[in-house]
Amino acid sequence: MNWSLIFFNSIYTAISAASAGYCLIAVGLNVHAGYTGLLNFGQAGFAAIGAYALAVPIVEFGWPWWLALIVVLVCSVLFAVLLGLPTLRLRADYLAIVTIAAAEIIRIVLRSVRFTWLTGGSDGVNGFTSTFEGWNRDYFFGDRIFKFGAQSIDGYRLFMMLVGWLLVAIVSFLLWRLMRSPWGRVLRSIREDEDAARSLGKNVFAFKMQSLVLGGVIGSIGGVVFALQQQSAQSDQFRTNLTFFAYTIVVLGGLARILGPIAGTLIFYFVMQLTDNLLDQATRNETLPTWLVDSGNYAQVKFIVAGIGLSLLVIFRPQGIFGDRKEQAFDVR
Amino acid sequence: MSDSPIDYILEANAVRRTFGGLTAVDVEHLQVQRNKITALIGPNGAGKTTFFNLLTGFDEPNQGNWTFDGHDMQGIAPHVAARMGMVRTFQLTKALSRMSVMENMLLGASGQKGERFFAGFGGGWRQQERENATRAEGLLDRFKLAHMRDELAGGLSGGQRKLLEMARALMTEPKMVMLDEPMAGVNPALKQSLLEHIKLLRDEGRTVLFVEHDMDMVREISDWVVVMAEGQVIAQGTADEIGADQRVIDAYLGARHDIDLGGGQ
Repeated sequence: MNWSLIFFNSIYTAISAASAGYCLIAVGLNVHAGYTGLLNFGQAGFAAIGAYALAVPIVEFGWPWWLALIVVLVCSVLFAVLLGLPTLRLRADYLAIVTIAAAEIIRIVLRSVRFTWLTGGSDGVNGFTSTFEGWNRDYFFGDRIFKFGAQSIDGYRLFMMLVGWLLVAIVSFLLWRLMRSPWGRVLRSIREDEDAARSLGKNVFAFKMQSLVLGGVIGSIGGVVFALQQQSAQSDQFRTNLTFFAYTIVVLGGLARILGPIAGTLIFYFVMQLTDNLLDQATRNETLPTWLVDSGNYAQVKFIVAGIGLSLLVIFRPQGIFGDRKEQAFDVR
Repeated sequence: MSDSPIDYILEANAVRRTFGGLTAVDVEHLQVQRNKITALIGPNGAGKTTFFNLLTGFDEPNQGNWTFDGHDMQGIAPHVAARMGMVRTFQLTKALSRMSVMENMLLGASGQKGERFFAGFGGGWRQQERENATRAEGLLDRFKLAHMRDELAGGLSGGQRKLLEMARALMTEPKMVMLDEPMAGVNPALKQSLLEHIKLLRDEGRTVLFVEHDMDMVREISDWVVVMAEGQVIAQGTADEIGADQRVIDAYLGARHDIDLGGGQ
């Protein structure tokens, strides 16, 4: 077993640019589910919109990067409004049903044969990162390869790591300000009991809509970071399980905590990658019996093992890393 | 005084709400006097809470109209009704459990600058927040909750939650306070202080309309009593008049409650 590589690779995965993208997706979901109590099961849809609304205008229409970013904002706001208008006046479960379906519709349309001319079908969209690669070449790390223990990182990935986590920091700081303001207080009151908020003169629908838009936009920025570091927008990476991973991350870190999704992301991707590496190595030199796990199925077994690990964490620390046990006690209604 | 016209803050006409075949509320006419305590009583299922929900915009009537403080209230949203000065509490107390007592109070304040999305990023709301906090402290003192200010509201006792809900409602500076069974589940010791709090609301110039089952309480504090049964207003008057009204006794106990059914023979 190459312990050094297993260790450094697992750490690197947790702090990589991809994880920063996942983290932003979870931060957005925390605004919905953690602070407002909105059960959005379509966060992957917002991430997909982020990736494609950036990539398509640059590649297909030759638009500059900043105009593409504006397209990302406009599209994610529109998507949020479209989801919210029919559902936010209804019970919470309607939002869950509509969002899970809407996100799948987005993904299936993006990969459909009919729109291959625009979105590249199952090949996705490539070649939209030249501006960003240029910034790295001219002002940052260039093509140098960096060593992180036994793990090597190329310049562009390191650059995106920096950009991604910087975005996480900025977004988290702004959210921290916002959630301590009276605006954030209204969101939490809606999570606790929306009729009480109404009886005190709060326009619950408007606040829910603002929350849905804000968390959605943050999620789409996560999609942007993810596509940029990968230098490709791939529709099949925005499946429903991405949303469930984001939920796991938010619950793991602690719902409605600013640092929750950050800690959750680090732990989640470290555990996942560690399990992956261990099983990979173990099956290669047959340390584990082949009836239990072999090189053909270790990818599936990884999810079982990681799932048990995460379940244990949630059983012994149900409030998450940063949660408050006292608050958890009042959760049962 | 007798020649000055009575000032009504709320007037309802032909308000009707049906659920399928059941007519829950069918109120022909009801007026609530300004700056008085009006009790709404009636047996279970009389439609009192449904009527409350209609008046405050939490439910929509099949027909009917009502005015509050001179404004037509037809089709109005609950939060708009609250902003107009008509604030309600709930039968099942809605304390916001995972928020502190102080946060519960501050939420009640109306017209907060910091509740606008972009204002939330800045700090322009802090001055107003301090003023609201001072007012909240005063109310918490009055309702004997000051020592709990930093506790989570979920940790309060049932009675304390009722007090908190009432104090929070007062943060909106309401003209009319509508209390849905304020005495339900409150221990006798706390009842007396709750009564005093309700009287105090009237004394500071507010109108109170409350739903209650406890007849002793109704007799003690209400200026006017409205009796509902099967969705309709069947009687109204002072507490003493109502206590002697045969229709009211019938509604509560059944018209033949004093007839011996002869089961013993």
